[in-house]
This record gives sequence, C-alpha cells and structure tokens, in this order.
Amino acid sequence: MFARLKPCLVPVTVAVLATSLSGAAHAKVDGDTIVLGAALSFTGKYKTNGKHTKNGYDLAVKRVNEMGGVKVGGKSYKLKVVYYDDESTPARGAQLVERLIKQDGVKFMLGPYSSGLTKAMAPVTEKYKIPMVEGNGASRSLFNKGYKYLFAVLSTSEQYLAEAVNLAAEQAKAAGTSPSAIKVALAVENDPFSQDIRAGVLDDAKRHGMNVVIDDKLPKELNDMTVTLTKIKALKPDLLIVSGHSKGAATAVRQMSEQKVDVPMFAITHCEAADVVGKYGGAADYTLCATQWAETMTYKDGYFGAAPEYAKLFEQTYGYVPPYQAAESTASVLVWVDALQRANSFDTDKLRDALSATEMETFYGNIKFDETGKNIAKPMVLRQIQGGQYKVVAPTKWASDKLIHPRPKWSER
Amino acid sequence: MGNLEILVEAPIFSVQLLLDGLLVGAIFALAAYGMALLWGVMNIINIAQGDFVILGGYVTLTLYNAGIPALAGVPVAAIVLFGVGWVIYRVVIFRVVDRDLFISILATFGISILLQQLMDQIFGADIQSAESGLGTLFLFDNQVTLGKVKLVAFGTVLVVGAALAIFLKKSRMGQAIRATSQNARAARIMGINTDRVYAMTFALNAAVCGAAGALVVMTWVIQPFIGLAYTIRSFMIVVVAGLGNIAGVVAAGLGLGAAEQFAAFLLGAEFQIGFVFALLVVILLLRNAVLKRKRQVLK
Repeated sequence: MFARLKPCLVPVTVAVLATSLSGAAHAKVDGDTIVLGAALSFTGKYKTNGKHTKNGYDLAVKRVNEMGGVKVGGKSYKLKVVYYDDESTPARGAQLVERLIKQDGVKFMLGPYSSGLTKAMAPVTEKYKIPMVEGNGASRSLFNKGYKYLFAVLSTSEQYLAEAVNLAAEQAKAAGTSPSAIKVALAVENDPFSQDIRAGVLDDAKRHGMNVVIDDKLPKELNDMTVTLTKIKALKPDLLIVSGHSKGAATAVRQMSEQKVDVPMFAITHCEAADVVGKYGGAADYTLCATQWAETMTYKDGYFGAAPEYAKLFEQTYGYVPPYQAAESTASVLVWVDALQRANSFDTDKLRDALSATEMETFYGNIKFDETGKNIAKPMVLRQIQGGQYKVVAPTKWASDKLIHPRPKWSER
Repeated sequence: MGNLEILVEAPIFSVQLLLDGLLVGAIFALAAYGMALLWGVMNIINIAQGDFVILGGYVTLTLYNAGIPALAGVPVAAIVLFGVGWVIYRVVIFRVVDRDLFISILATFGISILLQQLMDQIFGADIQSAESGLGTLFLFDNQVTLGKVKLVAFGTVLVVGAALAIFLKKSRMGQAIRATSQNARAARIMGINTDRVYAMTFALNAAVCGAAGALVVMTWVIQPFIGLAYTIRSFMIVVVAGLGNIAGVVAAGLGLGAAEQFAAFLLGAEFQIGFVFALLVVILLLRNAVLKRKRQVLK
C-alpha cells in the first residue's frame, strides 16, 4: 500500500517544500527584502546562547526595518534573516551554511554561536567567497588562517582576562610595590577558548615581569577544582584567574567560598551565563568578571542610542536583561547595514571591501577590523560584583565604580 | 617537583587532599556499585549510568527550586529513579538482557542519548547546582576545610552500601538476585521469576544512581551532557574492583579518588584523569601477572 502511495507523495512533498522555502529560495535580495542567513544552536548544549544570539539578530532587524530599512542604490530594503538549527554540532553547522549558500542563495551571512561552530563554518563561507559577520566566535585560531571573508565584532579570547593582569599591576603601583612581585595563579579549562585566554594572560604577566606560580589545566568535564584551590592555599598567589565557561565560573565561585580560600584578586569569565550572583549570592561578591559589553557603557549609535537604551528596549521586547552575547549579535547586523549602505551594492566582493573598511561606533562599542577580520577598536571590560551588582571597574577609562581591592577575607565577611 | 616540597614542608595539605579524595571517591563508588550489580546480575554494561546520576541531580534540583531542602533529594531522587529504571527495563532492557553484550551496550547508549536530550529539553542546558546550606567544617586550626555536604555524602554512601549488602544477603528478593547472577537458568528452574529479578536489579541500580546524583548536585554542578564522565568513572572502578565485591568497589572508589587528588596536586590538574587511566593499566597488568602465577601453581 505504501509503495503505491509513494509516487503521489513525492510531488506533494516537493510542492510543500517549495512553497515553504519560496521566501528563501531565490534569496540574496528578494523584491525589497535583503535576506541574511544564519545557522544557530536552537537545540543541544548551546541552545541558551543560541537563543540570545537569535534575539540579538531579531531585535536589530526589527529596529532597522522600523527606521526605514537599508538604503542601497537609492532604494530602501527591509532586512530578513533565514535561520537553521545547527543542533550545537560543528558538522551540522557546516552543512547548513552550505545549504544556505547553495540552495537558499544567501549572500550575507551572520555568525553562529561559539568559536567551535564558527570554526566549522568559516571554511565554507570562505570557499564560496560569502562574507560572514559574526559576534560569537572569539577564538584567536579563527584569525590566523588568513580568512578574507570573516569579520568579528567582538574582542578575541586572548584579551578576555588580560585586563585583570593589568589591573593587578595598576593596583601594585598604586600601593607602591612593583608589579613584578605579583604572584599569578591560573586555572583554565583545557579547551581552545580557555587556552587562548591563558595565552593572553601569560603574555601580559610576562610583560609585567610577574611570577606565575600555578598553571593548572582543568579537564573538559570540569566540576571540581579542590586540588587547585588547595594549592592556592599553600602558595598564596595575589591574582587568581579561572576560565572554563559556565562550569568553571560556577565551580570556582562555589568552591572558593566552601573552602574559604582567600585571594586578593579573583577574575573569571562567564559570570552572567553561570548566574553566580543568583546561585551563590554573597559568595560571589568581589569577583571580577570579564565581559564583552556592559549595559552601563556610554557608546552609542543612531539605531539604538546608548547602551542603556538598547538594554531597555531588549528587556521590553524579550523580558530579560541582554547578555553580551545578544548585544554583539545585534552589533553584527548593524555592521552589515553599514557596509551595505557604504558599498551601495549587493556585490559580495564590494561588500567584503566595504566591511574591511568599517570604522563605526555602535551601542556595543567601536568597530574597526584589522586585516585578519577581528575588531581592534573595542577593549574588554571587567566588572566587579559588589553587593550582588555588576559594577564596571576596568579599564579605568570606562569605569563607573571603584575597584574594591584586596577582596575582604572570608573570616571578615 | 616544587609541589612535592609543599607537601613535605606542610603535611597538612596532604590531609586536605586525602580527605577530599576519599569523600569524592565515595560518590563515584556509589554509582560504581550500581554498575557492578547490573553487570554481575544481568551482564549489562550500562552506558546510561552517568545519565541516571545526572537525572537524580535534576530531581533534587527540582525539589530545591520548589523550596524543599536539597538533602531531601537523596531519598526522593532514589525513589523517582527506581520508577524510571523499572519503566526503562519494561520498555527496552528486557529485550536485550540475554543477548550479546554489544547489543546491550548499544541499547543503553541509545537510552543515554535520549535521557540527555530529554533533560536538555526539560531543564535547559545551563549549569545548575543546589545548595545544601550545611556550610563548611574547619579542622586543624582552619587549615583544612571541608564542605559538610561531602561528609553527608560519605555517610550516605556507607549507609546505602550497607543497606544494599544486607538486602542482597537477607531478603527473599536479594537471594533471588544472587541466585540469578550465579546461574539464571538454574534459578528459573527453581521457580524464580528472573524477569522480575532483572527488573528489580535494573530499578535498584537506577535508584542508587539517583541518590548519587542528589549528592553530586549538592557537591558540584550538573548539566545534561556531563553524565558520560560518571559512566566512565564507574566503569573504571568496577574494572579495578571486580564484580560482586561490595567492599572492593568502595575501596577502589576511595583509593582512586585519593590517588587522583594527589596526582593532580603533584603533576598538575591536566594529568588528573590521565593518571587515573595510567593507574588502571598498571593495576590490570599486575592483576594479570598475579593470576598467571596462580594458574601456573594449579598446573
């Protein structure tokens, strides 16, 4: 029975597929709509951040369309994004980008979430010479392959915690001691992202002549760092740097307070993603958190105004405070808008040149790409948790609050 | 070797490492104990073992988020997972019990993926943890600090281990389980309903994992995809300890826990897991050599 059904099912399925895809089928520019493409993680381990990324893209598209769209060749175009679910797996992501380019004809690509997925997709966009603007792939290995069509609006990962080293040096100088007397302890996950962070920290520690006393590489299924903390009790470093995505942040904050480990300065990544304040309350106080962007900063642009206004609009729209993953995704769309208007063309090579000449201020920060495609105009920000609030304390130029240093001892809290 | 000097000069840190290692090892021993039971009775290597543990963690987390103390999660997670285990046996496992080992590995691997994705759908991919609210224990002039929850975990492991041992020895069902593990066919001939025994064993194992998971979520952090680490750790402990040996499993769990803490301290955290695997190889080689000598004597 099924065998007889099959022949008539096939044309039906094809017809259904064709109608459902028709919006995207002859994409690039469809009437008065410019079609961007993105493969994002809607399922699997990155789905939370995949959602932040999508919300960031969608908010930008909505806002740009409300404000008259994109002007190319004297005509106004609306923006639209075609999404696919990459299931948080690199192989699937690479397939989907190929599909976006070959079947859907997308010529303007937005990045996925995470360095790993970006790494899988960049060779594909490169092969088809399709420019990709991304805001969520920070690994420095993305920018030493000679890619010409990849542009990243975010600070690369080796910059994430280097600022903490400089801050420690600043504090030492202010206290009248030499930065070279500072003892640094590192505990970073053994994955490409965290190892980039480690490389950046080691570079800056070396520049200041600091002494690295602990350099532990934590396993990928990291959920216990008692050994490293015991070592820290023994060697008493002045600065502790931990990186290991949300697992690392949660584990470090929790076990530091459980084991009552005292360190004058303690810096980590992914505080917000791990919700260390919500989960551990006062135990998270005085922690330094690296962030790409903070909603209290004063950068601004014509679409969203300053960062606080962006944060307000985002919260009204989606019901939660925008994490930096969303902000940098929004900024990626703004970079596309700017490049399309400057190139005044849909030719991908002209657009590539326009992208590489980008020099703009957005609510997310300044954006200017170097020849490898990474943004060199925006520094990383360090926030300190003070009384359960995130306060910008470094770089000193953008700081809204004063650093509390050293961290009060556990016995005095 | 600077790290060795620290331990020589300040032996108190060895105490910290040893205690941490033993307490951590206890939680692994609990999951491993269930695995040994399953392997011994049903000849199934359960790849979903770690996912049962994580599921137990999520049960506890659900209670904790509802305002119930996380400690109550230990019995509740065990009961819930008992039910889950029973259902999984009735749906899948009974089909693969008497089959090739490879088939059961494949089946439990499938269950593992299914559980991971379900947990991801229901609880989200974020890192989660529950606070026991027990605080920290200070020993030796505050030089050694231990989360009290780890002591609770250790106690739980001992209680559950002892309870299981008594259950297997004294109760009707326990005797049936042991009989089935010795010779399933003979047990059937003697009137034991082996299907029921298998269901009971599988559910018991899941319950033990659930209790372990409750301890894990209070001690560390969980997320839906971290289960495999617990499966591998349990597997290793069982391989070292051998099947059907409760004391051996507990001892191997504690020993490996302590050994890896010292390895991580002396060699660096990146060698923690590597060291345990190297140790496993050494133990297997040694055991092989010992057995060989025994066989020669028999000749």
